[in-house]
Amino acid sequence: MIELRDVEFRYGSRGVLSGVNMRIPRGKVVGIMGLSGSGKTTILRLIGGQLKPTRGTVSVAGQKIHELSHAELYRLRRRMGMLFQFGALFTDYSVFDNVAFPLREHTRLPASMIRDLVLMKLNAVGLRGAAQLMPAELSGGMARRVALARAGALDPMVMMYDEPFTGLDPISTGVIANLIRRLNEALGATSILVTHDVQESFGIADYIYFVSAGVIVAEGPPHALRDSTEPFVHQFVHGETDGPVPFHYPAQPYGRDLDLESSP
Amino acid sequence: MIGVLDRALRRIGHLVVDGVWKLGAATRFTGYVLVRSADSVRRPQLTLNEIYFTGTLSLIIIIVSGTFVGLVLGLQGYETLKRYGSSEALGTLVALALVRELGPVVSALLFASRAGSAITAKIGIMKATEQLSAMEMMAVDPFARVLSPTFWGGVISMPLLAAIFSAMGVFGGYLIGVVIIGVDSGAFWSQMQANVDLREDILNGVIKSAVFGVAVTLIALFEGYDAPPTAEGVSYAVTRTVVTSALAVLALDFVLTSFMFTGV
Repeated sequence: MIELRDVEFRYGSRGVLSGVNMRIPRGKVVGIMGLSGSGKTTILRLIGGQLKPTRGTVSVAGQKIHELSHAELYRLRRRMGMLFQFGALFTDYSVFDNVAFPLREHTRLPASMIRDLVLMKLNAVGLRGAAQLMPAELSGGMARRVALARAGALDPMVMMYDEPFTGLDPISTGVIANLIRRLNEALGATSILVTHDVQESFGIADYIYFVSAGVIVAEGPPHALRDSTEPFVHQFVHGETDGPVPFHYPAQPYGRDLDLESSP
Repeated sequence: MIGVLDRALRRIGHLVVDGVWKLGAATRFTGYVLVRSADSVRRPQLTLNEIYFTGTLSLIIIIVSGTFVGLVLGLQGYETLKRYGSSEALGTLVALALVRELGPVVSALLFASRAGSAITAKIGIMKATEQLSAMEMMAVDPFARVLSPTFWGGVISMPLLAAIFSAMGVFGGYLIGVVIIGVDSGAFWSQMQANVDLREDILNGVIKSAVFGVAVTLIALFEGYDAPPTAEGVSYAVTRTVVTSALAVLALDFVLTSFMFTGV
């Protein structure tokens, strides 16, 4: 369904991803985990065609996404949905208009049918009653649910989630995690979940990739990774403060900084 | 000494490279805006919305400023013309000054500070909050949906605002010259009618304001699109829009005036 083969990505001279290989089968929820700045979101942007790999191939539904023309890429994106970290709702549109946006742009459905579809999508995320609110009137969790309804408005075959749990309270986190799993099953879609949240992602993902410094350091089903002895995975999953990812940013010896010892 | 020279040369080099890079990016950006303009024609409502945002919402400042400029022009013009015994030519002076220069230039400067800054802030914030990325991932091209309609909205609004500014200025000149000072009303209007040429003066003024509209709207859009996605980034971009637009309007005015009115 989605395949990354030997993908390398660089911003100028700065390497972000190197030798990344992934296979994401149809119908599965796959998590991509790692530290901030490790290249997780870059992987999503490569799959969505917003970035092009420096080397290697990124295929979605058999099409090499970086080789598509502008029109072909936009045609493929109609079958993709993406939930952004903070929702990315259009702030001058109401909740209803936000969810209706992709339907109005890509279909010629009559207004009455669009209304029904929007209310169904909002009902699925529990916010039918908030249809006339503006994004500024929503809590973080509600905004994320509206964005989820909007991302799924065209019943996509691929759903991508960029840090969907960031900044949410435990109830909202649970609601979003539950919705991601239910939506995946209802749409028969393939879901890619970029997150730091070990508990929620291990609860809903079928398979997890761990990314560190632009390379995949571990992969497997959640139960196997929970017991992994790989030092990075172990530190990440158990939230240990020191390990392969050190607590201290590299610096010269402490004593030298405090002028307690002389420079060599 | 060599170190200082080296640093200065490096700095100049960086500035030149940055300038050339930005010019290239702005040219490519302009190309995208023009190429993706089909939607602005196919869906006129998008452009009409932007005419409201850039044009209608600028009306108050244009009407008030135009009237005051006309009042001052009437007073100053009368005082000067009276010395030469030609105060009946007040209508001609006010109208020519407005349609040739003050109307297009002052309304463009006001347009840059009212509508240009609003465009930059809107696009910059849409980028910072990933609304443009969200649009791309919903297979809706932000250039076609937002940037091109805004461009055409600005280009259409600017000559209309300049015309309203000039009309209000003439009204201000009439108010001070005829109603308050007592210049002959017939002389005021007939001299204006006899000496203001439709093609030479009015059409050239309209061309000027259209060129200013293109320049200011493109600068505003590019600065917003190019702004770093932070509060400071958007704030600097808004400042750059106002400063760059003002300088561009004044420089373009000199060039256009050279060609239009002096036969260069």
